Amino acid sequence: MFLGNLGSLRYFLPEIAVTATILLLVVLHVASNRRTSAAPALLSLLGVGTAILLVGVSPAGGGKSIFEGMAAYDGFAVFFKGLTSLATVVVILMSMDSTELAGRSQAEYYIFLLATLLGMFLLSSATDIVMVYLSLELVSIPSYLLAGYLKGKEDSVEAAMKYVVYGATASGVMIYGFSLLFGLTGSTQIAEIGRSLVAGKATLPMLLAAVMAAVGFGYKIAAVPFHMWSPDVYEGAPTPATAFFSIGPKAAGFAVLVRFYYTVFASPTPGTGIWHLTTSVDWPLLFAVLSALTMTVGNLVAVKQNNVKRLLAYSSIAHAGYMLMGFVLLSSAGIEAILFYLVVYLFMNLGAFYVVVLVGNGTKGEDIADFSGLGSRAPFAAVSLAVFLFALTGIPPFSGFIGKLYLFAEVIHRGVYWLAVVAALNSVVSLYYYARIVKVMFLEEPKDTAALPVPAVTRAMLVLLVAPTLILGVYWEPVARIASNSVKMLAF
Amino acid sequence: MGFIDNHILSLMTFLPVLGAAAILCVPRGKDDVIRWIAAAASFLPLVLSVKLLYAFDRSVAGVNVAGQFQFVEHYSWIPSINVEYFLGADGISMPMLILTALLSFLAVIGSFGIEKKVKGYMALFLLLETGMMGVFASLDFFLFYVFWEVMLLPMYFLIGIWGGPRKEYAAIKFFLYTLAGSVLMLLVLLALYFNTTNPETGGHTFNLLHYMAQSTHNGWLKGFDVRILLFLGLFIGFAIKVPLFPFHTWLPDAHVEAPTAISVILAGVLLKMGTYGLMRISFPIFPDVTRWFAVPMAVIGVINIVYGALCAMAQSDLKKMVAYSSVSHMGFVMLGMAALTPTGMVGGAMQMFSHGLITAMLFFLVGVVYDRAHHRQIDGFGGLGAVVPVYTAFVSFAFFASLGLPGLSGFIAEQMVFLGSFDVFRTIVVIAALGIIFVAAFHLWALQRVFLGPLNPKYAALEEINAREVFCLAPLGIIVMYIGVWPMPVISLMNSSLVHLVDLVKAVI
Repeated sequence: MFLGNLGSLRYFLPEIAVTATILLLVVLHVASNRRTSAAPALLSLLGVGTAILLVGVSPAGGGKSIFEGMAAYDGFAVFFKGLTSLATVVVILMSMDSTELAGRSQAEYYIFLLATLLGMFLLSSATDIVMVYLSLELVSIPSYLLAGYLKGKEDSVEAAMKYVVYGATASGVMIYGFSLLFGLTGSTQIAEIGRSLVAGKATLPMLLAAVMAAVGFGYKIAAVPFHMWSPDVYEGAPTPATAFFSIGPKAAGFAVLVRFYYTVFASPTPGTGIWHLTTSVDWPLLFAVLSALTMTVGNLVAVKQNNVKRLLAYSSIAHAGYMLMGFVLLSSAGIEAILFYLVVYLFMNLGAFYVVVLVGNGTKGEDIADFSGLGSRAPFAAVSLAVFLFALTGIPPFSGFIGKLYLFAEVIHRGVYWLAVVAALNSVVSLYYYARIVKVMFLEEPKDTAALPVPAVTRAMLVLLVAPTLILGVYWEPVARIASNSVKMLAF
Repeated sequence: MGFIDNHILSLMTFLPVLGAAAILCVPRGKDDVIRWIAAAASFLPLVLSVKLLYAFDRSVAGVNVAGQFQFVEHYSWIPSINVEYFLGADGISMPMLILTALLSFLAVIGSFGIEKKVKGYMALFLLLETGMMGVFASLDFFLFYVFWEVMLLPMYFLIGIWGGPRKEYAAIKFFLYTLAGSVLMLLVLLALYFNTTNPETGGHTFNLLHYMAQSTHNGWLKGFDVRILLFLGLFIGFAIKVPLFPFHTWLPDAHVEAPTAISVILAGVLLKMGTYGLMRISFPIFPDVTRWFAVPMAVIGVINIVYGALCAMAQSDLKKMVAYSSVSHMGFVMLGMAALTPTGMVGGAMQMFSHGLITAMLFFLVGVVYDRAHHRQIDGFGGLGAVVPVYTAFVSFAFFASLGLPGLSGFIAEQMVFLGSFDVFRTIVVIAALGIIFVAAFHLWALQRVFLGPLNPKYAALEEINAREVFCLAPLGIIVMYIGVWPMPVISLMNSSLVHLVDLVKAVI
């Protein structure tokens, strides 16, 4: 039933490609440490590109349990590997464009980035609580380093410090919860744990375990009340790293969240696409409340922000709240909605950050006021940012609307009306702060009227991010089908 | 010609946005080229709408009968969730399609005076026209919703960039209000989707006509409490657009700050979408709740009439006065519809059409004087009648049309509303009829202060209305007069559909 170590390797090729690239980067770093070299970035692109290719051609044939039950190889994991590598490619290109990172050691930066990617690969496929913990740390530790990469910049160092302290606490609590599960069942395999837990017995330890695990995962996806780190980290970290945090680790966090809870505390009712709870722990209600809190706090606090990166940090908290709605519904359509949302979120959120990098390069500032008059200083970038922001708001005909539609639809389908109403009202609030940026870009006259240069490569990248945001708003059937197939192949 | 005949509604909807795309390709600085492309892109739908008018069969009803819709285009769009590209026209949408085409073209011509960022203005305007046409042509709720929302963005920018001194506040207020209404509509849309089945396929559906067949509703959706909630959700969404009291507070801000041509579109077309939505969606899907809610709707209508007129009277800004007069006039539409009689319903629809024309004239005329005097204070003028006689004649004509002078279209519409609703709600109608006095009062009082009395020497050299402005106003004036004398062409256009709608709502389910 489990594949042995050697037999598993053919299902592990993307990870091997990323690992090999990391090792090559280390060698490159030792051999030549010229700080202006583009070689590390290009090598990373090549490595991640290879990984995407390998994800694309990876052998089909249903779910497999690989490495003696440590990880799963299934459509769900493949989906997340593809998604996170795609995000990494965009972030690498964004990093090459950013002047923030110029003059700092390049190879190390990309080593950390790729190590995080490797962690995300493992996190989205982990099926053993030890593996879950280790891969979570593999995502976290390079992230701390990335956040503090601007050595000497106070914000950046503070961000890294905060990130470490919060991260260590959260994962400590989580592993305590895991130890309870191990104590109750005597197994570290999540499928085995799920089978052993019996409703009505040991309710309190089970509740504790469910809540404590939620702390660790909630921290990774920045759900309220475990979100405190994210605004500071997002503001202090180099902008490309912030963009990366806002989608990569968040997506991997959702992957493990779904896999863990839907295996340990729920089990599918065959042929219906619906899960039922196996224990008396009502974690969906817990997460439904967290979801409502997360989106409300994220949106309300975002209204007050003047720093665009901080604003986008709160906005990404709010988006985690929307996505959590899909998680609490115990239906495959709910999970599909999350996957679909992550795809559209990838493009619109990275796109927004791309323009922030561009403006940061030109104005050396990242306050809303620095965007004033962007509509006349760099019309193309300004229009792109407007598209991304309205997509984030969820207004048709942009892709964000379709993402929200799928989430709202399933919430209503499953009859959780109060959550749908909260989310709908939140959408209206979010318009207010997204529109603030649009307002200064188009409705206000710039203080400095000089045109902001937009290099041709950046222009091309923006086109590549705007295009899916527009196209998926009008025709999204293929992506919906991919999301649906990935969930069907969710084998635990 | 086969292609045009088969896709006439699609062409009317998407020609403007194609024009917008063409405009974006024009190099900077060629403003005149941009203006003429915009004029062409909005003129073609107008030509098509005339063709539509001649080809339209006035004897069939439509409303909830799929086979009776005309110019139908029906394709699958997103099969996995059964979204359809479903366009069609009947007597409810025909007047609105024609009104939209006409006012859009005139508004483009009226915008030729815009000098700031012409390219962006015209492109956004044409995108707005696509949204408006799409709303009136859609028979799929999802499609309807998308077009409904597509209008928000261009409107936000058109008010926010080209508007008056408080444009930023007005633009975001408009945006937030409307979005709040639309998310409610979205929730209702999803609730309807999951609780109805398409009788042909057995799957869920967004097709409005399926929603209207009550047999497609499941048990949950048959519960009266649920239906009331869903109806009210939709009603608030539409009421914000109309706008009905107490959701009207965005209107004075948006209308006053918007540039002239955009105020024309806002008042002439966008307000009608609220009442159109009630006729097209709320009434036929929830006939039982409509009957239950008829009296509150009539009361809200009367509040609009009286309150709007009183507010208009209190204004010192001419444009704000005209904006509040819209609140008052839309109250007549609501009152006529709430009566649920054929005469009332036709009167309401007639008022939608007639008010679209009259208010467009009023906003154009306010724009004319603002362009010259750079203010709109009613008390800041005086005696203009001697200086600009032609302009004065146009304003007097529009004001009299607006206050309901017999022989002009507003009179016909309001009389039909009163005739149709008097037997149903006597007290309410009596109050509404008294409201007419206020309506007349603020028009005449403003007319007197601006055009009569001693001449304000500051404006002794005021420039007379020019040919382009007359070109925008004359067609509207002619139609207003024509309908006022011989309303049958418009009434027969919508009569079968609206009579059928009333029967549908009255039929007990």
